[in-house]
Amino acid sequence: MTGFLTGLLRLRRGPWEMLATILIALGVVMLMQPFFLWAYTWSFLVTLVGTVMFIVVSHFPE
Amino acid sequence: MTQTPIDRLARATPPTLSRKVRGLSDRAIAWIFVAPTIFLLLAINIFPLIWTVRLSFTNFAANKPNAEVKWVGLRNYERVLTDEGIWASMTTTAHFLIWTLFFQVVIGFTLAWLINRKFRGNDLLTTLIVLPMMLSPAVVGNFWTFLYQPQIGLVNYVVELFTGTPASSFSMLGPGGLAPWAIVIVDTWMWTPFVMLICLAGLRSIPDYIYEAAEIDRASKWRQFWTITVPMVLPFLMLAVLFRGIENFKMFDMVALLTGGGPGNETLLTSIDLKREAFEKWRTGYSSAYAIILFVTVFGLASIYVKALNKVKER
Repeated sequence: MTGFLTGLLRLRRGPWEMLATILIALGVVMLMQPFFLWAYTWSFLVTLVGTVMFIVVSHFPE
Repeated sequence: MTQTPIDRLARATPPTLSRKVRGLSDRAIAWIFVAPTIFLLLAINIFPLIWTVRLSFTNFAANKPNAEVKWVGLRNYERVLTDEGIWASMTTTAHFLIWTLFFQVVIGFTLAWLINRKFRGNDLLTTLIVLPMMLSPAVVGNFWTFLYQPQIGLVNYVVELFTGTPASSFSMLGPGGLAPWAIVIVDTWMWTPFVMLICLAGLRSIPDYIYEAAEIDRASKWRQFWTITVPMVLPFLMLAVLFRGIENFKMFDMVALLTGGGPGNETLLTSIDLKREAFEKWRTGYSSAYAIILFVTVFGLASIYVKALNKVKER
């Protein structure tokens, strides 16, 4: 966990890509779950942020 | 000495033109070769995408080309993301996605594990298992509608044989809640071989010496399976899951031919719903917003897919 947080602070690709992946996955789950309409409503924003983040952080150093 | 067509073409080229071509750098020549592809990519993929983004902020309707087009900002997105009908089609897609992935992974991995052993007729069996994947989804959709027919279909008679339920008493594609399972069965039948092939590649990439070392350490077969086989096949399995996940998220042809989204809206997947919004109700601006939402989702999943693919390549 400490390594992950250090990686985030030092703008390293691995942890940031992991964070973006988690956001994309969360967005997809929110989009397709049948329980909460509010989660469906906000899902696109979460997926969009995750996807844009993924594109940006894939240019970070290893 | 015989002259090839290239030699003849070189001789026929005017000296002024040949001097110009000879003066081009390697980079320029590379650009000349790549330019047509880039142009086509821009014209066929990128331009329509940008145009769709633009349309998603308007009230444009393709069946009313002369009507005034108004800028509506984010209203289309707001309407799509609060529409309970679209939410229902998302959950229908989720049902289809989760169950097809579950069955394809379980059956595909089991088949790969069995096929990986050396036995007579191994190659023939692999070819037979892979056959459904080679068929066109349109063909599969059409012939499964016949297999699912309550009066003449084979499926109902097989169910009658095993359960005693009269064949004509139920319809897999009719009302009664069986249709979502009917499309899961067909997709599983068609695409399990794909997952099996990827798992097989993963299983064959595990070197024998790892198992030999485990044997020397007296690890049981069960332990070898969970500590060697599963972890080493997992990246391949993840790749298969992501690929099938993306493909099934966009599923249209097979389900459109099997059920057309019916009965009612029981099998209304997002792609079929989107087609209805865009080309039956002609709500182009609204459906563009819908399409962009699906596109961003698929793009996000594809990014993860590429990352997983690179990890597998590194092995």
